[in-house]
Amino acid sequence: MSDRLSVLKTYKLYVGGKFPRSESGRVYEVTDTEGGWLANAPLASRKDARDAVVAARKAFGGWSGATAYNRGQILYRVAEMLQGRREQFAAEVAAAEGVSPAAAAAQVDAAVDRWVWYAGWSDKVAQIAGSANPVAGPYFNLSSPEPTGVVAVLAPQESSFLGLVSVLAPVIVTGNTAVVVAAERAPLPALSLAEVLATSDLPGGVVNLLSGRTAELAAPLAAHQDVNALDLTGAGAELATELETAAADNLKRVLRPRAADWTADPGTERLLAFLETKTVWHPMGV
Amino acid sequence: MPTTVPAYGKEAAGRLAAMADVTASDGALRRFLHGLPGVDAVGLQARAATLGTRSIKTSAKAYAIDLAISMIDLTTLEGADTPGKVRALCAKGVHPDPTDRTTPKVAAICVYPDMVATAKEALAGSGIHVASVATAFPAGRAALPVKLADTRDAVAAGADEIDMVIDRGAFLSGRYLAVFEEIKAVKEACARPDGSAAHLKVIFETGELETYDNVRRVSWLAMLAGADFIKTSTGKVAVNATPPVTLLMLEAVRDFRAATGVQVGVKPAGGIRTTKDAIKYLVMVNETLGEEWLTADWFRFGASSLLNDLLMQRQKLSTGRYSGPDYVTVD
Repeated sequence: MSDRLSVLKTYKLYVGGKFPRSESGRVYEVTDTEGGWLANAPLASRKDARDAVVAARKAFGGWSGATAYNRGQILYRVAEMLQGRREQFAAEVAAAEGVSPAAAAAQVDAAVDRWVWYAGWSDKVAQIAGSANPVAGPYFNLSSPEPTGVVAVLAPQESSFLGLVSVLAPVIVTGNTAVVVAAERAPLPALSLAEVLATSDLPGGVVNLLSGRTAELAAPLAAHQDVNALDLTGAGAELATELETAAADNLKRVLRPRAADWTADPGTERLLAFLETKTVWHPMGV
Repeated sequence: MPTTVPAYGKEAAGRLAAMADVTASDGALRRFLHGLPGVDAVGLQARAATLGTRSIKTSAKAYAIDLAISMIDLTTLEGADTPGKVRALCAKGVHPDPTDRTTPKVAAICVYPDMVATAKEALAGSGIHVASVATAFPAGRAALPVKLADTRDAVAAGADEIDMVIDRGAFLSGRYLAVFEEIKAVKEACARPDGSAAHLKVIFETGELETYDNVRRVSWLAMLAGADFIKTSTGKVAVNATPPVTLLMLEAVRDFRAATGVQVGVKPAGGIRTTKDAIKYLVMVNETLGEEWLTADWFRFGASSLLNDLLMQRQKLSTGRYSGPDYVTVD
């Protein structure tokens, strides 16, 4: 019997529901923690970042306009697909982070649970963040949370999958669309997550995943006039300051990096960070 | 090669008269048009694709963007057009980017005939032309007297340019002389009482002409009939301007000038939405016809959304950060 050559996967970006290579044609080597080669990942350029923002903007109208119930269903579907690929993600996380298979499997399970937890928030966040305000006049005065728009997310560097899910799910569940820069040294679980998203009824462009140098991709995203918010979780302190300065130009919402324990109960902070409050006055008609 | 004269000049008529033998009868015109060499479709597409690969960056790109803006026929051709919308479009044509007054103005505003007066008033003193579609645009299915009246109305209302559509039904059924005579009649209807005339653009609707050979034939037909500009499409059908078709028309214009010395303009319209596309067309013009055609007098883009993309690219070049649709107008 002849030895079979296994087929290697070409990891690609995920932009606008498609899987393109980097516009620049560049790739970089992704290694495990020992320095052993795992795969070549695309080294995205600023033009890929630009294309991703265009795709995210295009998807925003449909995604933010979908009913909260529908968004929740789609996110729940993503969790179902993740569950089916549990072994693949566990293997990728174990290779990327150098943890034991059991610890990696626990992380993947936690990530699936987290996704389901956030999916449940889709039609509940308005009850928490919205309000009926008492006013001195014959009006109903209602405040409701609205999605901010296109959010650029720098995924955490140290937690390639659980951390990624923990920053991505709260952004999109409320109706934002996202451009995510995956962990620089461990982008493979993120690029595989794209395959899950693509097969889960999630409209193309709602999530766009880029792999490459975080600093190189974050700079154009932070300065981009059509990005509405910036999650700096994956940026180091110095880079974060630089990016926040660039983001101030068009008054982006910025979530600063902070120490995080991704296994802990996340709370609603990340959900509420990328919302705008819309308040309407409505005559009572009496 | 004969000396070059513009298609709208006085000498052009004399040059065309020298070609009168080929347009003397339906049979002669048919023999001439079918005697034109056939188009190598694969070669044409390959040439158009090759010209689309040029890399135009930095200062050349800045020049190309400004040139493209100055060549736009900013167009609104909707049933729902209102005088207010036309005025807003005119204001945008004069100052495409209000935050940067170094932005060039567009070449013309293109509207339906009943909006010409409104546009003319809004553009007074700006130097921007008013172009009007006419002759039962976009189908062209009306009797000749109706088409001529449509044209005269638009000219009387102040149109500087008339965009007519040819009778595709007559062309496709082989009645070439009927198409020829119709273009001539509309050209005469473009004349103003003071002896000047509105420039005539002839729209072929290449998406309905089926073959490249037909596009070459209709290009010659229109130029022989006195077209000042030849234009690809109305923007109202599924297939609009494509690079190969535009390249073919540019080549026809080049050959026509070589034969008669008459310079004719080209206007691709419909489907050109991005800066990248526009620059590809400019490269094609430069490589096929040369610099003489790289002005708004001889090359135009029929477009509406293209302008916003050009402005966003312009802002990117001047500020270094990517712009977005929030920073240009919604038309």
